[in-house]
Amino acid sequence: MPLSFEEFLFYAFGAVLLAAALGVITARNPVHSVLFLVLAFFTSAALWLLMEAEFLALTLVLVYVGAVMVLFLFVVMMLDIDLAALRAGFARYLPLGLAVAAIIVWEMASVLGPARFGPQRMEAPPPQGAGYSNTKALGETLYTQHLYAFEVAALILLVAIVAAIALTLRRRPDVKRQEPARQVRVRRRERVRLVRLPPAGEGEG
Amino acid sequence: MIPLSHYLVLGAALFCIAVAGVFLNRKNVIVLLMAIELMLLAVNTNFVAFARYLGDTTGQVFVFFVLTVAAAEAAIGLAILVVLFRNRGSINVDDLDRMKG
Repeated sequence: MPLSFEEFLFYAFGAVLLAAALGVITARNPVHSVLFLVLAFFTSAALWLLMEAEFLALTLVLVYVGAVMVLFLFVVMMLDIDLAALRAGFARYLPLGLAVAAIIVWEMASVLGPARFGPQRMEAPPPQGAGYSNTKALGETLYTQHLYAFEVAALILLVAIVAAIALTLRRRPDVKRQEPARQVRVRRRERVRLVRLPPAGEGEG
Repeated sequence: MIPLSHYLVLGAALFCIAVAGVFLNRKNVIVLLMAIELMLLAVNTNFVAFARYLGDTTGQVFVFFVLTVAAAEAAIGLAILVVLFRNRGSINVDDLDRMKG
């Protein structure tokens, strides 16, 4: 049975996605791990496009690849890490990790396989028409039914910003800095000194 | 058309690769964080697949929230990592025994 173009895309992107995920966990250098993770996110975005989740696919590329992965890359490159010590236990944990992963794959595949979620049980809906806007549908759901959760999510992001800055802020004693509170509190008599000059024309004649 | 089970099995395989990554790289905190990101990606793929096959946009809204929380988690996790490296000079999990846990 020849593959349709959509099936070909699914299998190609799926293979790239799994290969990239394997690269993330086996790469020797953390920088390579981050780059493999970027590849995994890009490929996932393509798969989400296949599932007609266009807005989320673009969000994944913009927010994740554009912001979070750059943050990862920045931190990985900033830290001076001893790579050999971190790789020490790799071979020792390999059999256990592979065994656990294989068992979980087998369990989940036996539950989620074609017997229960195959084309006979849940058939694919017809593709949306040309005038369908995924962003509009998502926005209508988000801003009506889930508005409260949306505001909580905004609050979570605010707390995350404050927490990240508060954690990494460091007072350095050897750096000159401004103190805005003292600058505001300053009085006129601390800065200005009035000097009585002799009247004009008397001094040099 | 691609059946739903294909997407679900792909998500399961991705999740298990991430679990294996947690087992294999249990010394390197950065790779642990990346494995968590991979797990969240697998979960999000399942959400998007169900949203498509059940014809319900709520699944995509949930992916939106998962992305938000994952971004917050990555930011705070990396901030903790930077502070840790500044104080201990290492990101090896074995060195983090100050609290005698």
